[in-house]
Amino acid sequence: MCEERAEVLVVGAGPAGLAAAAAACESGAEVLVVDENAAAGGQIWRAHRGAGVRPETRALLERARRARLLSGAVVFDAALPAARPHRLRALVAEGGPAERIAERVAEGSAEQSAEQIVELVAERVVVATGATELFLPFPGWTLPGVLGVGGLQAMVEGGMDVRDRRVVIAGSGPLLLAVAASLRSAGARVLGVFEQAPRGAVVGVGLTLARHPRKLAQAGALLARLASVSRSYSSWPLRAEGDGAGGGGFLRRVILRTGARDRALDCDLLACAFGLVPATRLAALLGCTIEHAVDRGARARRVVVDELQRTTIDGVLCAGEPTGIGGVDLALAEGAVAGHAAAGDLDRARAAVPRSRRERRFAAALERAFALRSELRDLPADDTVVCRCEDVTWGAIRTWRDGRQAKLETRCGMGPCQGRVCGVALEALLGWPLETPRPPLIPVPFHALADTTSETRIGPPCRPNSGATSAEARGWLEARPEGHFKAR
Amino acid sequence: MHETVTLTLDGETVTVPAGITVAAALVNRPVHRPVIRGVDRTLERTLERNADRARLAIRTSVTGAPRGPLCGMGICFECRATIDGRVHVRTCMTLCRDGMEVVSGV
Repeated sequence: MCEERAEVLVVGAGPAGLAAAAAACESGAEVLVVDENAAAGGQIWRAHRGAGVRPETRALLERARRARLLSGAVVFDAALPAARPHRLRALVAEGGPAERIAERVAEGSAEQSAEQIVELVAERVVVATGATELFLPFPGWTLPGVLGVGGLQAMVEGGMDVRDRRVVIAGSGPLLLAVAASLRSAGARVLGVFEQAPRGAVVGVGLTLARHPRKLAQAGALLARLASVSRSYSSWPLRAEGDGAGGGGFLRRVILRTGARDRALDCDLLACAFGLVPATRLAALLGCTIEHAVDRGARARRVVVDELQRTTIDGVLCAGEPTGIGGVDLALAEGAVAGHAAAGDLDRARAAVPRSRRERRFAAALERAFALRSELRDLPADDTVVCRCEDVTWGAIRTWRDGRQAKLETRCGMGPCQGRVCGVALEALLGWPLETPRPPLIPVPFHALADTTSETRIGPPCRPNSGATSAEARGWLEARPEGHFKAR
Repeated sequence: MHETVTLTLDGETVTVPAGITVAAALVNRPVHRPVIRGVDRTLERTLERNADRARLAIRTSVTGAPRGPLCGMGICFECRATIDGRVHVRTCMTLCRDGMEVVSGV
């Protein structure tokens, strides 16, 4: 195991993370950026196969050229309680120490080789872990062919061929139209876009765009590209049907409801997601206070930060979607504040605050316009699988008191995804707050954990009442008798 | 830039454009379907679509249902497969490399 030290560690190389890295560099800090993808840019600026790193990514990488970038690195553990210097552990899919960004700007990524664990030691950490899509269960949502909206987009950018595929896009949020346009460019036949929010609310957002000329121009260009695609509002998927016995097998058609009218559309792919939710797992692991506004739905969860993006943990800052969904412009604004602040340059950080405040107001308008309708809570049937890893159904889950009890009784959320999908869905459907995650944040192979070449160990002990430390958990895992594992 | 890499997917050797993910390579696999001559075009198209849909499944769930990618970004683990002997690798986060051996369906 090797160790990487830096003054400022940025986790996530999307817009917020790269803006933070650039700002921290410009304030004179020594910066290390880690990101789990093969190339920088995050989800929104995902490097498109063949086209390489996006110009927006490249521009920020240029400004952060003194920083180091470690791609293919997933942070899975931290020394707790979190204190300076912060010690995080990442599983790295690529060999060797981080290289300077300047050497990487050309391709934005590097060869991957044998995995290893790298310990990341930094005085200050900027958590810029982005967002995930909100997937709500409905009958048939587990059929192959039903993907997320950003999910299908990411697959296409990863090289999936959708030429001549019939695609239905459903769910909620501005992403639906953006992905519709991008799928058409990739050769797909988009049969329709079905937004659950009412048309009036969405038009209302359009009006607030008048104060954001750049966004207005983007929206106009998008609508022009989609002129021939049918767009429905107050519409949502009731169920997806497969080609196998009893509706199983592979996706064949989707039934959508618009007002009192239901219609069936034969399709090859259904892209469906209900907006974005903040990715707060790392911040929660570090002990940062998370606001769980469950009455306003899963999307209202956020990492609590002050005006300079500082969380409740000393030396841990947070920027972008984890502090509340706000889109790329807000992420850039918050990243700049966080980067300067993490470098100790509070004057420049304060100067960057007004921009982030303006973007926050626009984000709040978006959130209101795309608020989730209550009918979506009634979509899952008792036999609808909610936990996709363990195949636990809605009927088996919904009667329990909370997420913890449901997990103990049904294994819901105990599979490889650790509740990233079902936990967030249950947060939205039943108002069950997400549990504080425990390390490792992703499944890590024992051979990597058992790497004994380490000279530094992740520090003991844990926050009070937060469960086992990582070291204890590992000891427990190792000591657990074989028979303890679920028999399959 | 039209480089390619060659890898095996469930024992079958395929050549794909460099830079695509293993998940994309799996769902892009050429379809093998029985050739039935003399049927009308509509039926032929239906047969093609039926065979085609199966490509989207990458793993089998604990109760035996086929599953395909959902999130495309490493969250859901639905696209996991065995790569070069390592189990439960998220194929959407892994780029194809020369000589890689991918086993899906488990």
